[in-house]
Order: sequence, then C-alpha cells, then structure tokens
Amino acid sequence: MSKIICTAAIRGANQIVDKADKKLADAIAQKGRDCKVEFPNTAYYLPIIYSMTGVAVKTLEDCEYIMGMARSMLPPLPAEKHWVPYLGHTLDAGMATLFSEEIYEACKYLIGPHPVDGIWLGAADDVIMRERGIEFVDGTAPGFAAIVGCAPDADTAVKIARELQQKNLYVFMQSDNLGVSFAEQLAEKGVQMGWDTRLVPFGKETSAAVYALGFANRAALSFGNVPPGEARRNLLYNKNRIFAFVLALGTGVTDEQYANAAGAINYGFPTITNIDIPEILPTGVCTYEHVVSRVPIDKIVDKCIEVRGLKISIHKLDIPVAYGPAFEGERIRKEDMQIEIGGPGVPAFEYVCAKEIDDVTDGKVQVVGPDLEGIPPGPGVSLGIMVEVAGRKMQPDFEPIFERQMHRFLGEAQGLFHMGQRDMIRHRISKEAFKSGFRIKHIGDIIHAKFHSDFGAIVDKVQVTLYTKKEDVERLLKDVRAAYVERDARLEGMTDDSVSLFYSCTLCQSFAPTHICVVSPERSGLCGSVSWLDGKAGYEINPTGPNQPIERGKTVDGRLGQWEGTNSFIFNGSNRSLEKVSLYSIMTDPMTSCGCFECISAMLPSTNGIMVVDRDFTEMTPCGMKFSTLAGTVGGGLQTPGFMGHSKFYLSSKKFVSADGGLARVVWMPKALKEELGEILVKTAGELGLEDFLTKIADETVAQTEEEVVAYMQKVNHPALALAPMF
Amino acid sequence: MEEKSKTADQVMLDRMKELKVETMYDRYQAQLPQCGYGSLALCCRHCNYGPCNIDPFGKGPKKGICGADANTFAARHYLRMSAAGTACHSDHARAAAHLLVSTARGEAPGYRIKDVEKLMMVAECFGIKTKDRKINEIAEEVGEMALMEFGKPYGTLLFLKRAPEARQKIWEKLGIAPRAIDREVTESMHRTGMGGDQDYQNLTKQAMRVALADGWGGCMIATELQDIMFGTPKPTQGRSNLGVIKKDHVNIIVHGHEPQLAEAIVLACGDPEVTKAAQAAGAKGVVLAGLCCTANELLVRHGIPMAGHMTVQEAAIATGAVEAMVVDIQCVMQSLADTAKQFHTKLITTLSKAKIFGAEHVEFEDEHALETAKKIIMMAVGNYKNRDKEKVFIPASAEPNIVAGFSHETIKYMLGGKYRASYRPLNDNIINGRIRGVVGIAGCTSPKAGVCEPSYINLARELIANDFLVVATGCAAGQCASDGLMVPEMKDACGPGLKEVCEAVGIPPVLHSGACVDNSRILIAVSEMVKEGGLGNDISELPVAGACTEWMSEKAIAIGQFLVASGIYTVFGMNSPVAGAPDMQRLLTKEMEELVGARWDFEPDLKKIAKMLMEHIEKKRDALGINAKKERKLYDMAERRALERECKPTAHHS
Repeated sequence: MSKIICTAAIRGANQIVDKADKKLADAIAQKGRDCKVEFPNTAYYLPIIYSMTGVAVKTLEDCEYIMGMARSMLPPLPAEKHWVPYLGHTLDAGMATLFSEEIYEACKYLIGPHPVDGIWLGAADDVIMRERGIEFVDGTAPGFAAIVGCAPDADTAVKIARELQQKNLYVFMQSDNLGVSFAEQLAEKGVQMGWDTRLVPFGKETSAAVYALGFANRAALSFGNVPPGEARRNLLYNKNRIFAFVLALGTGVTDEQYANAAGAINYGFPTITNIDIPEILPTGVCTYEHVVSRVPIDKIVDKCIEVRGLKISIHKLDIPVAYGPAFEGERIRKEDMQIEIGGPGVPAFEYVCAKEIDDVTDGKVQVVGPDLEGIPPGPGVSLGIMVEVAGRKMQPDFEPIFERQMHRFLGEAQGLFHMGQRDMIRHRISKEAFKSGFRIKHIGDIIHAKFHSDFGAIVDKVQVTLYTKKEDVERLLKDVRAAYVERDARLEGMTDDSVSLFYSCTLCQSFAPTHICVVSPERSGLCGSVSWLDGKAGYEINPTGPNQPIERGKTVDGRLGQWEGTNSFIFNGSNRSLEKVSLYSIMTDPMTSCGCFECISAMLPSTNGIMVVDRDFTEMTPCGMKFSTLAGTVGGGLQTPGFMGHSKFYLSSKKFVSADGGLARVVWMPKALKEELGEILVKTAGELGLEDFLTKIADETVAQTEEEVVAYMQKVNHPALALAPMF
Repeated sequence: MEEKSKTADQVMLDRMKELKVETMYDRYQAQLPQCGYGSLALCCRHCNYGPCNIDPFGKGPKKGICGADANTFAARHYLRMSAAGTACHSDHARAAAHLLVSTARGEAPGYRIKDVEKLMMVAECFGIKTKDRKINEIAEEVGEMALMEFGKPYGTLLFLKRAPEARQKIWEKLGIAPRAIDREVTESMHRTGMGGDQDYQNLTKQAMRVALADGWGGCMIATELQDIMFGTPKPTQGRSNLGVIKKDHVNIIVHGHEPQLAEAIVLACGDPEVTKAAQAAGAKGVVLAGLCCTANELLVRHGIPMAGHMTVQEAAIATGAVEAMVVDIQCVMQSLADTAKQFHTKLITTLSKAKIFGAEHVEFEDEHALETAKKIIMMAVGNYKNRDKEKVFIPASAEPNIVAGFSHETIKYMLGGKYRASYRPLNDNIINGRIRGVVGIAGCTSPKAGVCEPSYINLARELIANDFLVVATGCAAGQCASDGLMVPEMKDACGPGLKEVCEAVGIPPVLHSGACVDNSRILIAVSEMVKEGGLGNDISELPVAGACTEWMSEKAIAIGQFLVASGIYTVFGMNSPVAGAPDMQRLLTKEMEELVGARWDFEPDLKKIAKMLMEHIEKKRDALGINAKKERKLYDMAERRALERECKPTAHHS
C-alpha cells in the first residue's frame, strides 16, 4: 500500500532536510555566509534548484533561502486514521529532498568530504552535459537507469550493467545497500566505469542522486529551451523526452531512498526494484506505474524498460559479444588483451574504396591468413581491413566519410578497442572476447552489417577482406597509401568557390529550433563533425533529412560570405527569425549556434581582436566569462555580433572571419588548443603571410585578463594592433 | 436507549415521537395524498383566470382558460423552478460579491483576502490587470466586475469561457449562452406570465439558459469569491452527525447557505473570552457545528463539524443540547420555531430577507460582522443555564469522521503535488479502466423518499463497489458523511481498480466537494478533464454523470438543468417535475440529448438509479474507445518528440 511508501518518503525527507541544514550550518561556520558555492564548471548553478525555482544559488546565504523553501514544502506525516491525501504531499517532500541534497552536496564541495573520491565522480560539468546530454535528446541514448543500492552479488551487478549498456542506456550510480554499492561491485569485477562506458558512479551517498536528476534538468534547460523556473515544463520535458527510471537493488529501502524516489517521480521516473516493498501501480504522474517491486533479478532490466514505456531498437549483430554505443568508450588494458593490431612499426590499415557494382560480392567476408586461434597472443599483429563497397549512389568522395565511421562501428563491440585510422591504427581484442568466440572474421561481419544499416541509401554491396599475414598487408599498403595521398590532394584543393552547392545541417533543430548550420568546404559545421562532404553524403543517405543542398545563387557580398541562396535558405529554415547570415564574419550577421560548437570566438574590444576558447578549457577567459557562461550567450540560435561558435577546423581555414581580418585577429587561445592545432595553424598563418604567428597569440600562461592580453600583444607586436578597428 | 442497528436520525426520530415533537415526517403524512395536479405540473395559477387544471387522463379539460396546454403548463412551471433556483444561488453570490468589495475597501473588519492565487486566477479570467497593483485594488475590481455579472446590459457571462471550446460553441449555436444573471431570471419570470411565451420548446431553452446562468454564473461566483475570502478548501479532517453536539458544551448550530456570518462566528469562537464566558456559565466550552450547506461551507474550509443535512434540522434541536440555532437563508424550515419552543433553543434569524415568525432576529451586516457574531455567541452562552439536562439526548455513537474539502484545485494538487499538479492521473486511470467513471451526486434529502431513507449512501456504496468515483455536494454529501463514507479507509468498500487509485493518492472514494453552490466546482473539474485530454473534446463525451435521488428544492432543478446543459447526463429520483406533459417529458429525457449532448432521466425506483448511471458511463467509455483492451505503448524517439507538445506552456487559469 502506498501509504507506507508515502509515510517513509515524508519521514526521509524530514531527515534529509535536517541533515542538509546541519551541513549548511557547518559550511557557514567554516566559510561564512558570503562564501561562493557551486558545482564545478557549470552555468546552471545548482541545477535542480535553478530549473525548478529559477533561483541562481551562488552563495551559502542563497542556500539558506532555499533551505527555508524546502522546509516549507515538508508535509505532515499521513495520519494513522482518516488521513488526508498524501500523493501530492509526497511528491512535494521528494522535491524538498532534492533541493536539500543539492545544497548538501554543494557544501561537500566546500568543506568535504569531497564528492570526487576514488571511483566516485561527483557532478558532471557542462562539457560532459553537452556531449552526453544531447544523446538523450537525439536518441543515441534512450535514457538512464539511476541505480541505488547493490545487486545480490558482484557478478549479477556486472550482468545487469552489461544488459543496460547493450540497451544503450546510461547507468547512473549512487547510494548503497547495507554499505555496498553497485558501483563498488562493478569496480570489484574490474569493469571500466566513467562517462565513456556510460557507467557513471556519482557518489556513495544517497544524496548523489541529485547529480543524475540535475543532469536531466540541465538537458531540459539546455536542449529543451525550458527557461529556469518553469518547473512544470522542465519536469514534463523529462517525462516525455528523457526516459529514465530508478532501479533500486538490495534487501531493503531506507526512508532517505524513498524520499529520493518520490523526488524522481516528479520527473516521471518510476522506481523498479527486486525488494519486497509496496507497489504504486495506478498511472498518471509517470507514464505507467510509479513503483513496481519484487521483480526477479533476471527479469529486472526488461521490467524497467516496460514500466518506463521505452521502445529500444537494437540492431542484432550476429557476433558473440555485446554490441552498443556504451562499449565505444571501453578501453582494454594490456594485461586484458588477447592481441594488439597495428601500433608503431606494425603494418596495418583500414581502407574503404568504391568499386563497380559487379566487382563486389555482397556479404563476402574473407579472412586471408590465420584467424585468432592461429595468432599468438600479444602485440605486433598485422591486419589489413579492406572494405570494398558498391552502389548506384556511391562516390569516391564518400570513402573517407565511411572510413571515419569504422571507429564507431568497431568500437561499439564489447572487447574490441579501436584507435587511430587509415594506416595508423592500433586496435586491441580482449581475452574475454576471444574466450566468448570473437574472431577477426567478426570485424568483417560488423562492417558489413553496419554499412548496410547506416549507409543503406548509398551502398548496395559490401565486401570485406581481412588480411592477417604481414607480407600481404605490407604489399597492399603501398597502393592504399597512394590512395590516401590522392584523396587528400583532392580535398585540399576544394574551396568555397570551387563548388556551387553548400549544405545545411539542421540536426540540432530538435532543441535549437531557429538554428541552421551552413556548411561549405572551407567552413565545417560548428560541432566539428559535419564537413561539406559529410553534408553531401548525408543528403544522399536521407534526401529529406537534416542535410539539404543550398544553391548559393547570386553573390550578395563576397567579402562577408553572403549569397542570395544562403540568405533565403536561412530565412525560411529559421522560422523566418533570421534574414541574413555571413559565412566569413563574426561582426556582421554571424552564423548562429545550436550549442554544440567546439570553440567560441569572442571579441575583446580593447585588443582590436578576438579570443578563441574551446570546450575543454574550463578556467576563466580574458573576456570575463568561462566557456560555460559564454555558451549560454552564443547558443540557442541567436545572432550575437562579436560572438560566434565554430569548429576547430574553421580556425585553420583561410576563410576564418576573413571579412573581419581573418586569423590575424586571434589574440588569445588556451595553450592546449594552440598545441593541438599548432601544425595546421602554422601552415595557414604562413599562407596568409603571418610570420611566427602562433607565438604572438597569448594564452592563459601569459595573460588571464583583457589588459594582460593587450600588454602581451604590445610586447610581441601582434598584427591585430595594426588592423582597422573591428567596429 | 438507542438501538445499535439504527442510524442517528432514526434514533432521534424515535426520541421525538416519545417527546411528542412534531416532525416533517408527521407533516408529510398529513399532506397525503398530495395534490395530483400539482405533482404532475398540470395546475396553473399564474393568473387569476385560474387555478386551471388539465386532466391527465384526457377526459376532462385539455387546456387552461387562456388555451395553454399541458406542455405549456409544465414548461412554464419548469422554467419558473429553474429561475427560482438560479435566483437563490445567485442572490447568495451577490452577497459574496458585496462582501468582497467591502473587504477590499477595508469596510468589513474581520474579513480578509485569504487566497491571493485564486484572486489572481479570477482577475485573469475577468480580464483585470494585475501587474503592479495592490491586492485590495484587484479584489475590489473583481468584486465590482462580479456584481456587474448580475446586471450588465450587454454580453454573456465571463466564466463561460472556462468551459471547453466545443461546449461554448454548442451554447452559442443554440442561443443559450447566458447573459446577465438577473436578466435571465427576470426574463424567465416575464416569459412565464400569462400570455407570454407559450412554446414549450422555447421555454425550455430559456430554462437551460437561466440554469447555465446559475452554474457558470451564480454558483461559480459564490464559490470563487468565497474561496478568495475564506480560503479554497483543502482536504481536512472533520466530524459529522448529531454526535458532534456535546453534552457539556454550549452548542451553537449554524444553518442555511450563506457562510458570511458563519465565517465570522468561526472567527469569534476563537476568542479566548468566549471560552471563558462559557466556562463561567458552567460549560466546558463552545461547540460550533453546521447544518445543511452552511455546514458544508464551514466543513470544507475549516473542518468545523457537521451536525447533519436538511432532514435532520429538527432533530438537532430535539437533542435538547442546542443553545442557539443561527440561520441565514434557504432550506430553513419554519417548523424550527415550533421545535425550538419545546426546548430551550433560541432560533436566531440573521438576514432581513429571511425572517421566521416567532424567531429572534439579529441583523447581520458586513461592517459589523464580528460584533454581531460575538453577540450571538454570547446569547447562546447566556442560554446555557436554561438547558433542561433531563431532556438532553445525543445519539452517542454517531460521530463518524470525514475527510472533506475536495475543491478542483485540491484534486489537481493531490494528483501531482506542487510541481506536477494536473488531472492526468485521473484521466489516465479512467482511460485504463481502474476508475470506470465519475458520478457527481448532489442535492436534497426528502421525507418523500422514505423515513430516513439512505438513498445517497446506497447509491454511493454501489457505485464505488463497481469502481466509480463519487463526488458529492450539498445534502447528498451530508448524508454520505453520516454513514462514514468519506474517509480514505472506505477504499476497502471499493472495487479493485478504484481501491488502487484511492490507495495511491490517499483519498476517500466519495469526495466531499462542498455546498450546493459548489456544484460549480464539478463544472470546472469536468472542463479540466476535457482539457487534460484523452477523453474527448467536450464534457458530453466524458464518462461522467450526475444524480440527485431525493430532490426537493427548486435549486436542485436549476443544478440538474445546468449539469445537463453543460453536457452531463443526470438522473433525478422520485418524480419528474413535468410528468403530466408527455411532450415536455420527452424533450427533457430524450430530445435534449440532440440539443446539448446530454439529457435527464427521472426514476422513481431508487434502486435502479445506480445501474442507469453505470450503463450510461460504460456507453460513453465505449464511444471513446477506451473499453477496448490496448497493448502497452512503448515510445521510440520520434514518438517522444511528438509527446513534447505536452511541455509547451499552457494558460494556467481555471
């Protein structure tokens, strides 16, 4: 009976509010009321509180205000007899719980114990949120399982985790059962955890549940365009878009866990458990049942999917290991590997080439040479992966695009670790996979199946030959390398003026409804993953999809990069909210951003130049904003002159803000980004006649404020100083 | 001594017989046989040509002196009843609006604006600017706008737009969207006079319009404005039945319908001086309890105990322990004056518009409410010494509990909390069949139904046992409360589906929604159910129904007619008010469905009513396609995107 659950949850909420109050008092005693409080590197403050109330908690004093609010939301315990309705009360108690726990966790960042500890990761920053949150919205990840407690034993924990991974679900772990947590069970079995494997241990305390739920709120704020404070919309967005659920494992449920489950029900996230507790079956707040209990462990994942109302389509591949995006981030350590393919000095390659239709036999997967049984374990294995494809729509231009997808296709197999590309590959196959029956032949099977499922519109036939003898690989490498060189030359010669069609990318309109990327050969999509060729292939694969050809048409302003065709496409595609867009300017009608940009450029007025910051740089920048804050200014399909999101590749383009003075305007960028792009930046700078330019760009080691950037520029005589004023 | 198997009112009836106190049952017997022409609506005395009778058997006269036929007789009578019922609720509403204005102006000490959220909602609905304005300023304008609803020369009622669009269109198309409330009442009186409207169909259209002016006008204004001033009901524990009268306390019963004075008495009772005075008089304190709809109003807002419903009013005095019965207006029987004389009870009338010969009168004015309230309490305290202890007889075991206060806002909140409040869980569980449908039971209690007949109790019990959720108002609620039906423990008397929902939410299966004006809450609730989606586009498509088994007051006819004209199938027990006019009867019970998507039924056999309601609802469920078994829908990403429409902001009023 749910009265028992509601009573426990309300009791738990009371305990949690008390606990948070005490923690806050400690924090204030140690740090003072004015002390700043935050989760690391996020623009969303304490995200549950921010999204539900609109209050940006910045100091401990703000926390006091929220605690007052949380306390006022605590309902009385249901009376023993003649109780008043308790469901609404319980949901409010759940929310009071989450507010309090967010404050509790935030205080831990200040006065300890620090949430990041051992296997525990604590709050996800905005970089992770952007990268991973989008997967919940675009469907790559259908949802997440918030696991509290622990499995009956560590092996079962691994089994459940694998099953969830195979269903592409994220696994968020928090709380324990009698001192043991699910994440610790996985760690005991050596399972690799972290965002890359979708197995995310947030914290051992129950309060770490706020990291999972706050993540969901941020997805709604960021991708759902739900303004902070619009609680109901945020929660309904979660009910409808983020298919998450609580999976409670163990032998009992504590009052605190009940309180958190009540909080989760507000989001439409039900609780499914193996434990013998009462159920709440009538539907309404969640899509289906609210609490389902006593589910046998071996059926529990399927039950979760059913209760949450999830439809999961998995392409069943006929291979002896699990397959899914969750395994893409899995690493295989040396001691766990059966063999290592490629690596320094070991000939190996991956090569996709277009063939005539009659030269390819679809489904023919051949291993030339010994398969795994015949290869001695260890590193130094040669492998040539030759993929021959044919199709009426296949073009040689698509070869590199397909080839780049091999990383994902092969990496998603459990026990196969894919690194590098072309002739620089270094793959590992685990002992475990070998034991399960995985063989080199299966690499061919995966490629065949995935090429058909993902590129079926272009590809009719796929044939894979796997060469495992070193001499074969060496022999073939000569031709393969020649093909790479030719391909590169062809791409390099491609400029905006050499084509008449650009491509749109509206993949992100599901959360940024007015944003459109215009992708040209010299300006790739701002996320860095859609080049002009990708756009072209995307259009062939799905002619009504997000990549549409844009006829450039008459030039409106060649310097700015405005054409009649691109302008009218933008106007119509942005719900008539934007009239013009410049491909080459940050100051005049700059291109909008969805939010997925690799870098942000921002004007630094007193330097007469711009700074560039990338997503990985989480410190303060000279414009006075961190990347996360800047992202809020630039994203969401707005045109903000002086600010622009773009790809890393665009920095090395000769068309990079060419209307405003080009690369010479860049006065500051993070050191790591400078190093990453060094080679190609030097090349472009050279071609633009900028001497020794890289060293003239300030970074955080020499300048952290705009004034310091100006001082550095004067010291090195930065070319931007001599350019015309920006505005 | 009372017998265990007898209910409190039966026990009291025996007691009154013993003391030779006359009751309504005695007078009912004395009236029998009741006038056949009157019962069939075939007697007209609207002019002095009459009284004219029409012979129901077709042998005698078929027409009145002016030529009016049976249908005109019945329709005119029916329209006048509807208009009179509307006048009752609406005059009550007018008093509430006047009080809101005086409260806002600071001219009614003791009263205040208690529910600002509701004020804002009504202001928005009225199109009143709220930004950067003081609460009192807004309240004053709301009050004044509400007063305009009674007499504005142009336009239709503002609250009509709270109905689903499809429903509004039906009203417009039929020409029955009500204009100013007084206009509809006046026009009804005008049209029913001699030589006026003599087309029964046209008269009935006006009956629908005046009734709609009641439901979406008078009742709704009363409900909303009282909520603003006295608080929107929230679930609260209370007690019911005559056992709430306490032997060792000064007992004051407030009786009637308009809660203004009663609210002031509630406030004044909290004054420690009152308790002190009671103790000085030798009592332990003061008990305030309600009767009839004043009881409902106080119960749902403050948990003030409820002594009983309409037919229990004489019995309350016969306990011999009531120091004062304070009455306002409506359903207060003149016989109370005689009953009071047989005991020490003071019967105190309070409104100049409702005096009773032989009662004491203390005039109630908004400006002096608290003083008047205190004066009345002190009169009661002073009367304690006159109590004849020998005569005190209170049915001991009769004090069942109630959890009451299910306003529309509460229902929304209890189904989702502060952040997810909505009707979704209700609609969902109707769609999935746990709840078959919702039946609103409203109305009076009557000696004609039988002596202490528990018709609402039986009906509610049968409905909940078959998984129908029941919402009750007025004396129907009072009767259900007396049986202990309104506690969450009654889940165990439900079918398995309703039981699960009651357990999940923590509600009783029979929800007490307030007084008879609070039937407006039912109108809002059904409109919200439509808006929530999944159950059709209009109220008439919903699996809901209304019932009144023991109708008595003209107000009941107005309520029944506004429910029907709003699209809710409604069954009244006992007799039809138009039984002698076959065409008119057919219009109400058949043809009305074509006009407004719902119709009346009149059923003398009380046992059949539950079945009729359930069959109707199942028919609606079939039409909605929700009785067909469906596979659980699992959502892929594209379907989830489509779901996102639900996240878009919606207007928050109503």
